[in-house]
Amino acid sequence: MSVFPATAAAKAAGRSRTSASGTRPGSRNQRSAYWFIAPLGLGFAVFYFWPLLQTLYFSFTEFGAFGGHTFIGTDNYLRVVKDVTVWQALGNTLIYCVIGLMALPVAIVVASLLNRRGLRGVSVYRALYFIPFVTLPVAVGLVWNWLYNGDFGLVNEILGWFGAERNYWVSDPSTAVYAIGTVMVWSTTGYYLVIFMAGVKGIPQDYYEAAELDGAGPLRRFFTITLPLLSPTIFFASVICMINSLQTFDLIYIMMAEKNPAIGDTQSVVGLFYKWAFIENAQGAAAALAFLLMLVIAALTYLQFRIQKRWVHYA
Amino acid sequence: MRRRTLLGGAVAAPLLAACSGGGGGTDSGGRTTLSYGMWDPAQVPGMEKIIAAFEKRNPRISVRIQLTPWASYWTTLKTSMRGGTAPDVFWMNAVNFQLYAANGVLEPLSGHIKADATPVDRHPKALVKLYSYRGTQYGLPKDFDTIGLWYNKQLFDKAGITYPDASWTWDDVRDAAAELTDPRRRVHGFAAEMDRQIKIYPAICGADGYVLENGRSGFGDERSIDGMRYLTDMIDRGWSPPQSAMVESVGRVRYWSEKVAMNYDLSAMAGQMYAVPALKDHGGIAVLPRGKRRATIIHGLANVISAKSDKKAAAWKFVHFMAGREAAEIQAKAGATISSYEGTQDAWIKSMPEFDLKNFIEMQEYAVPYPSSKNTAVWENLQYPLLGAAFSGKGGIENAARTLGEQMDRALKEERDS
Repeated sequence: MSVFPATAAAKAAGRSRTSASGTRPGSRNQRSAYWFIAPLGLGFAVFYFWPLLQTLYFSFTEFGAFGGHTFIGTDNYLRVVKDVTVWQALGNTLIYCVIGLMALPVAIVVASLLNRRGLRGVSVYRALYFIPFVTLPVAVGLVWNWLYNGDFGLVNEILGWFGAERNYWVSDPSTAVYAIGTVMVWSTTGYYLVIFMAGVKGIPQDYYEAAELDGAGPLRRFFTITLPLLSPTIFFASVICMINSLQTFDLIYIMMAEKNPAIGDTQSVVGLFYKWAFIENAQGAAAALAFLLMLVIAALTYLQFRIQKRWVHYA
Repeated sequence: MRRRTLLGGAVAAPLLAACSGGGGGTDSGGRTTLSYGMWDPAQVPGMEKIIAAFEKRNPRISVRIQLTPWASYWTTLKTSMRGGTAPDVFWMNAVNFQLYAANGVLEPLSGHIKADATPVDRHPKALVKLYSYRGTQYGLPKDFDTIGLWYNKQLFDKAGITYPDASWTWDDVRDAAAELTDPRRRVHGFAAEMDRQIKIYPAICGADGYVLENGRSGFGDERSIDGMRYLTDMIDRGWSPPQSAMVESVGRVRYWSEKVAMNYDLSAMAGQMYAVPALKDHGGIAVLPRGKRRATIIHGLANVISAKSDKKAAAWKFVHFMAGREAAEIQAKAGATISSYEGTQDAWIKSMPEFDLKNFIEMQEYAVPYPSSKNTAVWENLQYPLLGAAFSGKGGIENAARTLGEQMDRALKEERDS
């Protein structure tokens, strides 16, 4: 994932409002720009936009297990809205989203620590933090399941030193969501760390030097320089993070066995979609569910764009 | 989290099927090549021997095994059905059968059976019936499994209890489970796992209840609830680990590692149990203990022919051969599973002399077929989320079972209406 163009785009989004300078629509410059985005646009049209339209159409049909479909109007949407498991899954997904966003503060703190002058081996740290993100989710899920294992897992072992009782973390309905959420945070922090490190690098050192001369301590410098100047990056990262967490699936699929008593308390919307579409042969209803999720994501993203005006500083 | 995985899976399935399914057809020598879809790698050697015998008798036909792992077998099959690249002959189970038959993607076999006098009556009646839909036979059984009581003789000796036998009732199991449980050694008397085929269904039927009859759910039935309470009660009393603990180390593994003294498990597991030296030495098998009545669950796989195959004549020859005595005997000798052909099970029983495998055969008499309907997966998926709390020592099996019964009835109604 390219970090810089996206950050720049977030900045540009804010700037376009204040300065309308630059190229006019239809200018030669802009036309050649279309040629540059054409390859990506084509891929987007074929692999995202067309399936999107198809899914929309299928959400109004009953889909046969072996192909063929009949138009049934809005029945699928009614089924989705009436089904309690959908609302439970949506609730779980929002919990994942909130927990997932915890990766941001962790990444910001680590990024500003790694930005300290004279710190050696920054690239080693960066790589260490990034490794979980590029590790296959299947491997991550399996290894964490061993760590969480109630009978001989490392987590219980360590907590045992402090006198804590052993627990079956991923199969206890009251802890399972948080156990999975923790792994989500663990495996995505590195990604946001790289984004934030780029953002932190963009802050001129002069500000820090000036503040230091004025007697500002490290905490003060963090809260009055780093955080405000990093806010466009934080905004970008929080949008990405929220969208990703709302679509969470693979980790849960790997970590939650079919007979896990906590399965209802951990199932995400995409997990439910998978079950409907590929196990229960209800592709039509699954398509409707996918659209509902898209609407939720669109609404929350819109909300974020509205709220950002109040806290994002475009220096 | 990363969308690629789900998308990748969906894209890869038809691709894989397309690659593996393309090799069939009649080549220049007039030889027909059939593809045979299955999922169990443990049965490949046995199936290869049967295929060799079949090819000897039918030199113009050759059969190629197309192995798909269990986890993706059904999604791959469904996608390849849509794409027209499904194997000519493939394994079918009870859960999926009616869906396939109702959608017309299986070749009806009744006519062939009559014409070639296939020995269908030599297979367990309950099993043959599992693979007929609205009076038409679509599949022929190849094997079967029943559930038996596996016990650890060494743990029984230590506690000074006599071994389970055909006279045992649920009360005997309860008494023994209490005696055998040893918290200090973390040994439990029984593994009352939340598993439909090997624990819940046998218990429900043993209590004279039912899972599905005449299109209605039996989960709300008092007798069925009694059966499930037999299981959850042992969890509540600490004689069995709770389900939350058995997610991570399943009952079977606990039995292997001698942390559970008694366990209900499949006959098909015999080979794996036999490979554990300690269990080969002191593992025992008895028929399921009697509740209100004697019962166990019988299930078996069948061979079916794809309705879209263009080599149906050759495919039928193979399925017919597979349902016969010769194929059954080869399969039984291979040891991986019990052949369903009457009287061919001796080879299987003799392949593991230390185990009392004949118990599994004897239970056929009162075995209840694995319950299924057209959309079995839909109501099966309701079970574990609803029963989970009761099987984790939190109580409330009565209410959970009644809710499950209501929801299952709703799913069955939807299935009829669609």
